[in-house]
Amino acid sequence: MRRLGPLVVEQRRVASRWTSALVRVAAIALALGLGALILEAGGYSARDSYRTMWDAAFANRDALAETLVAATPLIFTGLAVAVAARMLLWNIGAEGQLFLGAAAASWLAFSFPDAPRGLLLPAMVVAGAVGGAAWAAGPGVLRASLGVSEIVTTLMLNFVAILFVDYLVHGPWRDPESSGFPLSKPFTTSAILPSFGDTRLHAGFLIALGAAIVVWTLLRSTRFGYEVRVIGESQPAARYAGMPLRRNIVVVMLVSGGLAGIAGMSEVSGIVFRIQPDISAGFGYTGIIVATLGRFSAPGVVVAAILFGALQVGGYALQTTEVPPSIVQVLQGAILFITVGAEVLARYRVRWSPGREKRTPLAEKAP
Amino acid sequence: MNSVWVTTFAIAMAAGTTLVFAAVGEVVAERAGVLNLGLEGMMLVGAVTGFMALDRTGSLELGVLAALAAGALLGLLHAFLTVSLRADQIVAGLALTIFGTGLSAYLGRDVVGKPARDSFDPLAIPLLHEIPWVGPVLFDQNLLVYTSYVLVAAVWIVLFRTRLGLHLRAVGESAGTADAMGVSVVGLRYGAVIVGGSLAGLAGAYLSLARTPGWSEGMTAGRGWIAVGLVIFARWNPLGALAGGFLFGLMEALNFQAQAVGITLSPFFLGMLPYLFTIAAIVFAALVGGRRLGAPAALGLPYRREER
Amino acid sequence: MSGTTPLVQLRGIVKRFPGLVANDGVDLELHAGEVHALLGENGAGKTTLMNVLTGLYRPDEGEILLDGRPVAFRAPRQAIEAGIGMVHQHFRLVDSLTVAENVLLGSRSPRVWVGRRAGIRQVAELAERYRLQVHPEARIWQLSVGEQQRVEILKALYRGARLLILDEPSAVLTPQEADALWDTVREMASRGEAIVVITHKLDEVQAVADRITVLRRGRNVGVAVRGELDSRALALLMVGRDVSLATRPEPLEHGEVVLRIRGASARSDRGLPALADVTLDVQAGQVFGIAGVAGNGQRELAEVVTGLRPLEAGSVEVAGRPLHGASARAAIDAGVAHIPEDRLGSGLVAGLSATDNAILKAYRRPPVSRGPLVDRRASRALTEQLLAAFEVSAVSPDAPVRLMSGGNLQRLLLARETAERPKVIVAVHPTRGLDVGGTETVRRVLREQQEAGAAILLISEDLDEVLALADPVGVLHDGRLAGVLPRERCDVEELGLLMGGATP
Repeated sequence: MRRLGPLVVEQRRVASRWTSALVRVAAIALALGLGALILEAGGYSARDSYRTMWDAAFANRDALAETLVAATPLIFTGLAVAVAARMLLWNIGAEGQLFLGAAAASWLAFSFPDAPRGLLLPAMVVAGAVGGAAWAAGPGVLRASLGVSEIVTTLMLNFVAILFVDYLVHGPWRDPESSGFPLSKPFTTSAILPSFGDTRLHAGFLIALGAAIVVWTLLRSTRFGYEVRVIGESQPAARYAGMPLRRNIVVVMLVSGGLAGIAGMSEVSGIVFRIQPDISAGFGYTGIIVATLGRFSAPGVVVAAILFGALQVGGYALQTTEVPPSIVQVLQGAILFITVGAEVLARYRVRWSPGREKRTPLAEKAP
Repeated sequence: MNSVWVTTFAIAMAAGTTLVFAAVGEVVAERAGVLNLGLEGMMLVGAVTGFMALDRTGSLELGVLAALAAGALLGLLHAFLTVSLRADQIVAGLALTIFGTGLSAYLGRDVVGKPARDSFDPLAIPLLHEIPWVGPVLFDQNLLVYTSYVLVAAVWIVLFRTRLGLHLRAVGESAGTADAMGVSVVGLRYGAVIVGGSLAGLAGAYLSLARTPGWSEGMTAGRGWIAVGLVIFARWNPLGALAGGFLFGLMEALNFQAQAVGITLSPFFLGMLPYLFTIAAIVFAALVGGRRLGAPAALGLPYRREER
Repeated sequence: MSGTTPLVQLRGIVKRFPGLVANDGVDLELHAGEVHALLGENGAGKTTLMNVLTGLYRPDEGEILLDGRPVAFRAPRQAIEAGIGMVHQHFRLVDSLTVAENVLLGSRSPRVWVGRRAGIRQVAELAERYRLQVHPEARIWQLSVGEQQRVEILKALYRGARLLILDEPSAVLTPQEADALWDTVREMASRGEAIVVITHKLDEVQAVADRITVLRRGRNVGVAVRGELDSRALALLMVGRDVSLATRPEPLEHGEVVLRIRGASARSDRGLPALADVTLDVQAGQVFGIAGVAGNGQRELAEVVTGLRPLEAGSVEVAGRPLHGASARAAIDAGVAHIPEDRLGSGLVAGLSATDNAILKAYRRPPVSRGPLVDRRASRALTEQLLAAFEVSAVSPDAPVRLMSGGNLQRLLLARETAERPKVIVAVHPTRGLDVGGTETVRRVLREQQEAGAAILLISEDLDEVLALADPVGVLHDGRLAGVLPRERCDVEELGLLMGGATP
């Protein structure tokens, strides 16, 4: 407890839910303020920029569709990071797992171009999950058996995955008609996710919501989810209760990787209809922010993903103006670290207590 | 004499110096108990500010100073978040990387691809550079590379032979104990993280002012992350960081020199080498080090004095 | 001694923490050349008061006077510079550094460079002067507990401490090592040091203190000079009510052997031998007490029986079936309950709700488990049942348990562990940190389980606890079972000798 003149700052015993939510909102507002400052300092109108971004994200049905399209991969990667984080594992490799999932799904699409859509699409979802999970398995095993930091291993594999897809797209899967641009051959219609009306919003969004429900149920109502929560809160208690730590590390990483892998499938099958090196605009990394803002819970992740989807769409809209789209990344980073800082402050309470209390006279001593 | 290999090793040293700066800085921060995952962002900001300063003033020295200052500022921010506010170190670091990456792109938007007005050219040290084999590799480099040698030695001496270094290590092993002994945990952690940040900035400036003069978005290409892995491989020792930096530089050099050296792998797979090597390196460190990896015991843990 | 200005005076010190007033207007006077005992039970506020004096905490109210002048310490460094040194219960040493490095840590010297040779020499000389045996270049993790304590004392002396505070110094020492310590303490006092010994042990106080201050529930309840008050009177002040100094458990009929340990040996976390060839039997309805100074294998013994640590040699059998390997799961399934020393560390999960905690052992079996799912209604029902049966007052079954008081936490833990009629209960220092009411609950629950036929292994470094609850009493020393005595033949002296490794 600290005294600052007439103010007393004390720690709360529990951070109230309302305060936490308010803190998040305040952090976003502050970050937007910081962004505005940076924009104005660069000679751009913050007001116009934000206006453009807002319109692109929410102004009409098409805009909303675009926002949800952008949110879809973020829901997957956000869930991926959140699930791992519940057990205190940091999956920084969602980006690479996304690429591997995309590659696996694409492989199916190229191998069975004439298969019926009703079979091919679900198979591709599974392939995506398997691809992503496989990519996370190595780091999971290394962490479980040797204690090797999953942060570094998953991260390094990101770069390897991206290079791998680069290789595929420049080599074996190259589209002969693409004249210079690194692209794969296009998918056939049976490999393409259905979309809503004439918007770009595709079934991947529904799969994402489904995944969120699955994750929510998993953590809340299954034995596995219970073990994950206990291990994440207290490893000694988990040991005490006989919970298998190493096996659970590997399984959690597989689940996490699988979710990120489906993100990859969703992007190639729902948006791009082929595989190419830039299927991801850093979705794996943004997923980390989304998971943190969403407090590692499924519903929180969905809300945060939509917010960041909006930011993403807003950023694209800026490309047609002279405002540099990199301001979006600045905003994202700022939201994150302001949130993180503010959340800590939310644990304190300030009281007004002027003047020192009179000292009570010394009590009678017992004989 | 196999001069192709000598050239390769020389390139390795030149390429690895970025990593050496960043890794030594991270060693200092982690020895004090603070994990700084914002290296990539800090390096990029250092690269862009260094280049912009050079572009405005024509002075390489000012470029270096600007980069050091920019890195220090971001380091200060990270220290504030993790030490004073006791935020989670991993999240704070990631936030700074994303922020720094975006900020660097934003700041550098007007100088992308602009030719450099000047750069740190190789400066052969008389006599020393003529030593067979070792000479051209170590002593025919640019000024910043020589600085890195001095830096490694200086940091080693400070860490292991001075009172300041002892206090720093104590803070990283057991902050509570250090605090009870009257050592300023907050002060040392701030200092260590700021130093780490400046060195990360310098690492970035090395790229934009010496190695590949110029600025392009994301020019660090993940080196900041490699540096984090490198610190583990180096067992939190600056000498290890120098050796590791060289080894990683070698991966890059091999990619560069592939044809000359006689390697005929696809450039993509060659490109994967540094990253795969990092993984191999930390797995190796884990296997060899046994249970206690040598990590500072208090690494990653925030410190609060009035604990009950 | 009295009549001169006290070296240190504390006046009206108040220190609050969330939910607790640790010091409530405490006064204290300390003189140079005097050994002053600060007496009180667990939680009386002794350590907090000393932490205020050494600058680790800032008092909410009150003042500190040094040599008659008021001082305010904003950081431990200032207290150290003022000549106040403290040796804590839990040593503040950096394991991987050497003795000399630890002693020199944080000290100021005009030069930046350590001058290692000179520093090492200084430490060696200081150790010589006060007759403290320790090797300056040894690394802390290589030293015994007694040696580590000497390093702590050296640290304080190196910085010119005029007042040295020892917090429960004999807690980790054998009776013989403790005697050596008191010799050192008297030596230092005779050189003009002011010494404060924080303790809850009456015999220590009588042996070494010149003056005694008694704290109870955060208040100073009495000051006495050597010889003024006898142990009973001191105990009265400490506890606030008449205590019979020798409680003993009521006898009960015993059944078959349920827990059979044969030649058990195990290693500590550091890989050093911790448990050596321990053999004992616990019958149904029996409470087998294991006493001993902390660090003699108690933890390892508890862990081999509960499956948390592998046996290097020997065997553990529960109801005739051997426990294989280090599997907590196997132990739980065999009917072994575990009441650990750190409730909120391993026994309960602070951040989860009472419901989540209640099912920690039951979640793998129906009715709580339904296939791969956890049946929430069944969990809730179980929790409510447990809370009611043990009168646990929780804010709500869904609030995180870290908000609960120590007594309630222990009740919840006991409720859960005894819910499934365990065959064996391993209880480690179960009354730690509990008030009188809490202690009573523990005693009652253990009694009920005894009557239901459980075999209880009670491991505790608190000798009073063991004497009050167990029959027979074994003593662990250096990992070996130094001796086992039936309760009626136990007296403190004989046990003390066993704890010290001598044969009575």
